[in-house]
Amino acid sequence: MSFPVLPVILLAPVAAAVVLLFIPKEEHRLIKSVAALGTFVSLFLTLVIYFNYNQDVGGLQFVTQRDWIKDLGVTLFFAVDGISLPMVLLTNLIGFCAIFASWNISNRPREFFILLLILITGVMGTFIAHDLFIFLLFYEVVVIPIYIMVVIWGSSKRVTKEYAGMKLTIYLLIGSGFLLVGVIALFVKSVGVLGAPDMSFSALAEAGAQLSNFDQIWLFALMLFGFGSLISMWPFHSWSPDGYAGAPTAVSMIHAGVLKKIGGYGLIKIAVVMLPLGAQFWAPWMAVLGIAGVAYAAFGALAQKDLKYVVGYSSVSHMGYVIIAVACLDVIGLNGAVANMFAHGIMAALFFSMIGFLYEKTHTRWMPDMGGLGRQTPKLAAGFMLAALASLGLPGLVTFVPEFTIFVGIFSKYGGLAVIGIAGIIITALYALRAGAHTLFGPPRPEYDHLEDIKGPELVPLVVLGFVLVVGGVLPSLLFDMINSGVVPLHAEISNVLQLGGNL
Amino acid sequence: MLVEFAMHHAWLVPLIPALSFLIIVFLTRPFEKLTAFLSVSFMAISCFFASLAAYGVFNNHELAEHPLVYNFFNWLSIGIPGANELQINLGVQLDPTSAMMLFMVSFVATFIQLYSVGYMKGDPGFSTFFSYVSLFAASMLLLVISSNLLEMFVAWEGVGLCSYLLIGFYSHKISAREAAKKAFVTCRVADFGLLLGILGLVITFGTLDIMELNDKINNFKEYTSYGTLTLLAVLVFIGPIAKSGQFPLHVWLPDAMEGPTPVSALIHAATMVVAGVYLVARMMFLFDAVPAAMNMVAITGGFTALFAALIAITQTEIKRILAYSTVSQLGYMMLALGVGSLTASMFHMWTHAFFKALMFLAAGSVIHAVHTPNVWKMGGIVKKMPVTSWTFVVGGLAISGIPPFAGFWSKDEILVATMNSGHYVLYAMGAFTAFLTAFYMWRLIFLAFYGKEKPENHPHESPWTMCVPLVVLAVGATVGGFFGMPWNNMWAHWIFFGEPHHAGHVAWGAMISSVALAVAGIYLAYRLYLKDTEKVKARQLAEKYQFWYQLSFNKFYIDEIFLWFNHTVVDGSAKLMYLFDIYVVDGIVNGLGGFARLTGDGLRVLQTGSMQNYALVFFLGVLAVTILMAFTGPSAAGLVLGGVM
Repeated sequence: MSFPVLPVILLAPVAAAVVLLFIPKEEHRLIKSVAALGTFVSLFLTLVIYFNYNQDVGGLQFVTQRDWIKDLGVTLFFAVDGISLPMVLLTNLIGFCAIFASWNISNRPREFFILLLILITGVMGTFIAHDLFIFLLFYEVVVIPIYIMVVIWGSSKRVTKEYAGMKLTIYLLIGSGFLLVGVIALFVKSVGVLGAPDMSFSALAEAGAQLSNFDQIWLFALMLFGFGSLISMWPFHSWSPDGYAGAPTAVSMIHAGVLKKIGGYGLIKIAVVMLPLGAQFWAPWMAVLGIAGVAYAAFGALAQKDLKYVVGYSSVSHMGYVIIAVACLDVIGLNGAVANMFAHGIMAALFFSMIGFLYEKTHTRWMPDMGGLGRQTPKLAAGFMLAALASLGLPGLVTFVPEFTIFVGIFSKYGGLAVIGIAGIIITALYALRAGAHTLFGPPRPEYDHLEDIKGPELVPLVVLGFVLVVGGVLPSLLFDMINSGVVPLHAEISNVLQLGGNL
Repeated sequence: MLVEFAMHHAWLVPLIPALSFLIIVFLTRPFEKLTAFLSVSFMAISCFFASLAAYGVFNNHELAEHPLVYNFFNWLSIGIPGANELQINLGVQLDPTSAMMLFMVSFVATFIQLYSVGYMKGDPGFSTFFSYVSLFAASMLLLVISSNLLEMFVAWEGVGLCSYLLIGFYSHKISAREAAKKAFVTCRVADFGLLLGILGLVITFGTLDIMELNDKINNFKEYTSYGTLTLLAVLVFIGPIAKSGQFPLHVWLPDAMEGPTPVSALIHAATMVVAGVYLVARMMFLFDAVPAAMNMVAITGGFTALFAALIAITQTEIKRILAYSTVSQLGYMMLALGVGSLTASMFHMWTHAFFKALMFLAAGSVIHAVHTPNVWKMGGIVKKMPVTSWTFVVGGLAISGIPPFAGFWSKDEILVATMNSGHYVLYAMGAFTAFLTAFYMWRLIFLAFYGKEKPENHPHESPWTMCVPLVVLAVGATVGGFFGMPWNNMWAHWIFFGEPHHAGHVAWGAMISSVALAVAGIYLAYRLYLKDTEKVKARQLAEKYQFWYQLSFNKFYIDEIFLWFNHTVVDGSAKLMYLFDIYVVDGIVNGLGGFARLTGDGLRVLQTGSMQNYALVFFLGVLAVTILMAFTGPSAAGLVLGGVM
């Protein structure tokens, strides 16, 4: 048997968390270093498998499979394909950077980092599990640390951190509640089709595709609600700006960067594949909600004065693109959807980490109270501008090609309707540049003259995420070849079913 | 040998300044002298390569009709080959048009960088400036050689970014910050149109390679309807409207003068702002296929030329006058394209690059010396700054269309082409613009360089690094037009769309009348601003036509209209949406929450308190971990890379 690389990637942060339990809580440096080491191991191994994944063969690779609950057909099934591997990479990039973005935490750092590591593991688990039960298990693991972290280490601005944490958690739980009902129903029906219980993605896809049109439609509706509220689909998005604003930096980074991508990932890898006819039925609705989200949240971001709210609304807007792209149900659109999740993750994480540092130093996120910081903290400003420019989809940065791909997909599928969505790029430019202008440019304020620029470990998020941002933009095939190798077979699978369904 | 190499590796031309950008950012930033040397010499090497490639192109007339096209990088390929795919190759398209541009951009950039060494001396952002300018040159040169529309769009946004960064270079000034933002957002609005056009093209024709599009659009009926093609042409044209400062999206360009002067010369006069014209020139086959689109291009261009000239006659800041003059000249280039003369448009782009860059650099020298941008506060500079002043006068003669200076030949070519195409109204507008151009430019010259010296000014000539570029560009502005004299038109022999222009035909009538108009303009300026030392007449005229004067002085209030739209309509709707979000969407959520709390009161007994729940989750997590460990334990010990594969 080959080296079980995925379990190791998954458990390295947990191992670090376990070690942290035995470190005295005053040893702040050691605590942080162990946490960083744990995430680094995962990141390193993920990079190794990313570049060793055989794209010509495609499909699930680095498989580890063990029976777990026989009666329910649950197996510990870990594997990656061209869609999940970029997500795992994203998780580990952001996870690693989140540790450094939290470098200055002084309030109970040990507990903080243990929870953070559990959070990272939970998110990662959802992307490598190819068994629906395990997927849900990890998904639920994610919820609790987030709530605790927001309530203890968060900040209260427009809303209190308790409200923010509660809103975040309840939304996730309600979403997952609907999802759970959908999954259980699908599972029960699949037993009828397959003759034996099996929770693996492939088996459920085989069974789901054979369900009647009607079944697929209502099951998909449940999943759409569940995954949709997770990816902040309009109008189930309002947890997102408040939640990010209340959360500590690392949680905002992970939540906006990867956690909400579980929604898009689940839509593609679970809902669409298992219930293609349902997807076809709901696609126009998804497109409308996605486009509404893009435009609505872009305007929402424009009205904000708190930096975290700007990015919060902006991420709702960007996720709108993912939803429309999924609604295309074609190769180009699906490629764009996955790539955009990756690209937005990197961008949002960089943005939140820079805002986090700004907030640490100036104790404000209120734009009218800032200005001219580009002179006082040039490196911080460079990171901020990089994120802002990525947010508006500047060519040469990782976000452009995914957006362009999505535009090709939605424009050919939805024509005039898509134009409203694409127009979002104007508003995005407006709020992204406005945020930069009011924060970094203009006359420097004397009260910030003493501020120190980011340095040492604080530079890690800028260097790592900035590097990915630029390299992914200059060489988009690094990302797209991988994603394409996962999307093409997936699309073949659903289009087979759709053609059959059309004949029924 | 070397020429062949340069032609087949033309991507080196943008790559070299891109390298200098990287080296400056990561290595030489703290060492200003080294940075300057590196930046200028890399630019010069790039210019050398560009000249070689251009030389090769102009030695092979075959390329005038069949461009040399090759790909150098497979940028993106996704989808199912043959069925539903998206393939983007980065490539090079070399023909006389791009070769000319390649040479012009790298040449002007080299000398402007040399000029900047003196101009930016002592600025805290010295190295940053050179890194941005190098990045700009790289993007602009990539834009020029692009063989693919998306590649071009990437470079297009790249130059836009550099323009943004350089306009906002003095970012501590609110005016610079706002001007930079305005430039980016205005261009973004237009790029939205261009992007839709590009999307439409790729969806309709399945490719973005310019030459392939050319073939397919020549028989577009197989792919799409006439109406759709018209729409696509209009969408594509929206991009150039902002980038090349056409009415009504020209508003950002005069504000862009907030940047350092070399930037105004390089980006906002000679190179980047002509990118829009260049894009239309590249996509000429698309516009040519739909006459309605051609007319739109012609009318937009003609109107812009006149409109901007009308504003320029009352402005008081030297760089603003030059900026509106640029807008006006860009209008000429667009007009030429609209009447179907690629030759005239590219010719004017070529001559304009020299004389306008020259005038901006000279203006920079002046501002450097007298510390005011206001032409009314200058005067008599010619005595103290002879090189600067005389080179500026050369530029003034060129732009006014006085033979034998470069601008005369190219402007004449445009007016003749307009007349020949039967657009008599546009010809009249163009001719009147020529009169206005001579007037406002000589108004500037008489006010700033001649007349009485102002005692508060102590001008002095600039260092050699600033004077050499002035002289070089002045030579270009003098002889640059000899390529396209009507009786020996080499230009038309090389750069044309469709059939080459008939050489040898000289439209004497048009030529003489345009010279007469130019002389009249200069004479009027002389009467009002030099002979009349107290400028009484000029003031009287302004008072007599108060309404028109104010209209022109306030730029027809276009900026105010946009500002109102942005602040009232856009920000207003943003506010509205936000309020809707926190009161309606959130209101419903909170309402549901309240309802749940009420019903939950009865069930509170079941709530166990939170700590145990957390503990339970932890327990589950640990359980999962343990089980995993049990299965993978033995092999996990061998953490070797070989095992991964």
